Amino acid sequence: MSTVVDIKGLGVSFATDAGAVKAVDDVSLSVERGEVLAVVGESGSGKTVTAKTILGLLPETATTRGAVILSNKAGTAEHDVISISKKQLRSVRGTDVAMIFQEPSTALNPVYTVGWQIIEGLQAHTDISSKDARIKAVDALRRVGIPDPEVRIDHYPHQFSGGQKQRIVIAMALVLDPGLIVADEPTTALDVTVQAEILDLLRRCRDEFGMGIVLITHNMGVVADLADRVVVMYQGRVVEEADAQTLFASPQADYTKALLAAVPYVGHGTVRAAERAAARPTNWAEQPPVVEAKGLEIVYPGRFGRPGFRAVNGVDFVIRPGEVLGLVGESGSGKTTIGRAIAGLTGVTGGSLTVLGHEMNGIRERDFRPSRSRIGFVFQDPASSFNPLLTIADCVAEPLVIHGRARDASAARKRVDELLEAVQLPRAYGDRYPHELSGGQRQRASLARSLALEPELLIADEPTSALDVSVQARVLELFAELQLEFGFASLFISHDLAVVDLLADRIAVMYRGSLVEEGTGVEVLGSPVDPYTQRLLASLPVPDPVAQAERREHLWRLREGD
Amino acid sequence: MTTETIASRAPKRRLRDRLPVVHQLRQSVGLQRGMLVAGLVITAVFVLVALLAPWLAPYGFAQLRNDQGSFGSSQPPSPEHVWGTTVGGYDVLSRVLWGAQTALLVIIVAVVLSLFVGVLLGLFSGYFGGWLDRVLVVVCDAIYAFPALLLAILMAIIISGGQSSLLGGVLAAAISITVIFIPQYFRVIRAETVRIKAEAYVESAKVLGAPSSRIMFRHVLRNATRTLPLIFTLNSSEAILTLAGLGFLGFGIEPTSGAEWGYDLNKSLADVSSGIWWTALYPGLAIVFAVLGITLVGESLNDLADPRLRGRRRVAQSAGDVAETSVVPGGTLTAGPGGLRGLEDGETFDEHGIEVKP
Repeated sequence: MSTVVDIKGLGVSFATDAGAVKAVDDVSLSVERGEVLAVVGESGSGKTVTAKTILGLLPETATTRGAVILSNKAGTAEHDVISISKKQLRSVRGTDVAMIFQEPSTALNPVYTVGWQIIEGLQAHTDISSKDARIKAVDALRRVGIPDPEVRIDHYPHQFSGGQKQRIVIAMALVLDPGLIVADEPTTALDVTVQAEILDLLRRCRDEFGMGIVLITHNMGVVADLADRVVVMYQGRVVEEADAQTLFASPQADYTKALLAAVPYVGHGTVRAAERAAARPTNWAEQPPVVEAKGLEIVYPGRFGRPGFRAVNGVDFVIRPGEVLGLVGESGSGKTTIGRAIAGLTGVTGGSLTVLGHEMNGIRERDFRPSRSRIGFVFQDPASSFNPLLTIADCVAEPLVIHGRARDASAARKRVDELLEAVQLPRAYGDRYPHELSGGQRQRASLARSLALEPELLIADEPTSALDVSVQARVLELFAELQLEFGFASLFISHDLAVVDLLADRIAVMYRGSLVEEGTGVEVLGSPVDPYTQRLLASLPVPDPVAQAERREHLWRLREGD
Repeated sequence: MTTETIASRAPKRRLRDRLPVVHQLRQSVGLQRGMLVAGLVITAVFVLVALLAPWLAPYGFAQLRNDQGSFGSSQPPSPEHVWGTTVGGYDVLSRVLWGAQTALLVIIVAVVLSLFVGVLLGLFSGYFGGWLDRVLVVVCDAIYAFPALLLAILMAIIISGGQSSLLGGVLAAAISITVIFIPQYFRVIRAETVRIKAEAYVESAKVLGAPSSRIMFRHVLRNATRTLPLIFTLNSSEAILTLAGLGFLGFGIEPTSGAEWGYDLNKSLADVSSGIWWTALYPGLAIVFAVLGITLVGESLNDLADPRLRGRRRVAQSAGDVAETSVVPGGTLTAGPGGLRGLEDGETFDEHGIEVKP
């Protein structure tokens, strides 16, 4: 075994408008050949900055201290990335170390074929004829599992799916045969089922090509699935370093323990759902539903002369008063579209959708507006769901002012303070501007705003997917508490089965615009009937290396069965 | 840890940090600061001269004689006429100083008119879309396709028949410039509106049932005006050039009703070949400096508005504090296991007099 990268006493500071900010403070770590080192931590912990330093990709505003010693694959040459010239840095990038980015669709240039982009990297570093380069590129594509590489090499990035694009990015990294790959959240932008495939591919990179991999992630499940050794970072420092088995079995640092405790597991919410179901009155099922969809169809109009895109295709479901329906599916499955249709943001094109007694198919905004006070909506991205120029108190007061419950924001302040307290935010936060709050705090303020009018129905569109695990756990808990207190019905949309399981009374699984399975948490998660649900469940990595290895086997069996 | 800093209320930004230009001035460093300061100084001189022209100028802009008799035509610089006199017998220094006043008036009228019309049209067009949007975009594209000066001449002829008094001339020039500028403001505000319309906070206002007018003015407009100071300054310099162009071509303001640099340049055309340099040099320099000053301000504002172009002082090796990134002060640990209480401002709840739920 030889060390491919050795970081010693690394410190990185940035010049910002608010003065110097230290992002990384005295970090030392090393990666051997054929080893996957996972760097975990919440956003802002300095993990991405550390990774970018290995490739010398820091912006000009950064100053660095310490040493990053990078060896080539053969172990014959060493460079200190921090001190070498730009020209040397260029020669090191690609041949000694390659990077895989988070968003595969932005890492590829849309106007060139993927083959061109792979060959470009090859020819920049080696004297190779175009013909040989093409052969090598086809070979690389085949190795990462792109079908028909001879044909597909001439295709453009948009002709590939998200998972395939990430495979191509990995092929670009592999083709120069570097000793080290830095993967910055390589699966965060991908669906769970695709994520499992990419993780398999990265595992093959390690086993078959003997590469060292630095895996940056916040997903403990991914860490358990792939990592050999784990470094936990917190506020720019390494708080714990251990091999994966030890870390998950007996975490030493308090922060690591808290981080692991915050990760949701599938199966945790079933007990609570059963309790809630038992507490309901006997005639509950006969009550008129808050939302009822029958053969719901939503088609987005296509471009001129082209057929439209059928986002939702013949979906039936009901949400009864006080009930939480969890809607799960991968991106593009139509789950967000359904949420938007219930809120009247997207038009219904076919079938029937009844919301609070209104038929949404063909409803006019004017007729629906009075009912809007009975619906709350929590958006996915807490960063953009508040007007940046208004204070939190003004934002939370908006619904009260619009529906005439208060004359202006200052008159509503008393109620706003009550609401902020209800979501566990200090009253004084009302005077702050949205950017002065953290993501988790903003998402709570967002909850406060949606609850201001005490709605009968709350639509939560991936409310926690932009948050760190530790913050997500608390927001979910708050949501459950509020649901109990206010008793609203809810449509909870998420791509994460474990999150939905925590909250939902019933779970509905969407796949390509259709509802493939619906039932209580025990039914859907315990004994899934639909093959897609089975795969979705098996693809979800659990934060436990031993259990995850078993699940992996199970998933492989499922795939072979297809 | 840093509980105190988090607990204390976020400090309100001081007034001097919030004023548009002052804020940028304090923020800038190095060459960018030099450019901004130079631009601000030149612009300030220009504005001051315009305001104080009646006191600064030794003679009136249309004055041909004083107690000692007529000034005389094309006189070289002398103690009585520091920058000489023109072929028409006017004092060059006085004409240049008074010209600043006309230029400033035209800038204000033109930019204010186009600002209001362009911003409103852009907002409505971007927010509602549909056929109104398409028609307005096509009209604006059509205006872009015309040479700006030609259009200004056309407007000048339509509005005033080419020649007129000071107020009429200023209005004619300003309105003709307005026609060129409206598409610019329209475009910028429309693009911003279309972008902001898709932001989650606008959708959230829609979900709350806010009427369109409230969404447009409270949520969209205030967020769409960020780039306006920049276009404002760049357009001001363009307005001066267009005015000078109009005057040079003879569609400006009559010398008896107002001083105008472009007109003076036009009249001094013949002088240049006969060795009379002073009639062309000073009005020309005035135009160059006024435009240069305002452009410098605009360009530096542009650079400073973009965090990637904005220069910063280098920081010392690994200086600064590690930013508090966790939402829980002191780490997730300080919050009780699974409890929401004690989260984020654990210790400060009492400080704010908030009762913690049992």
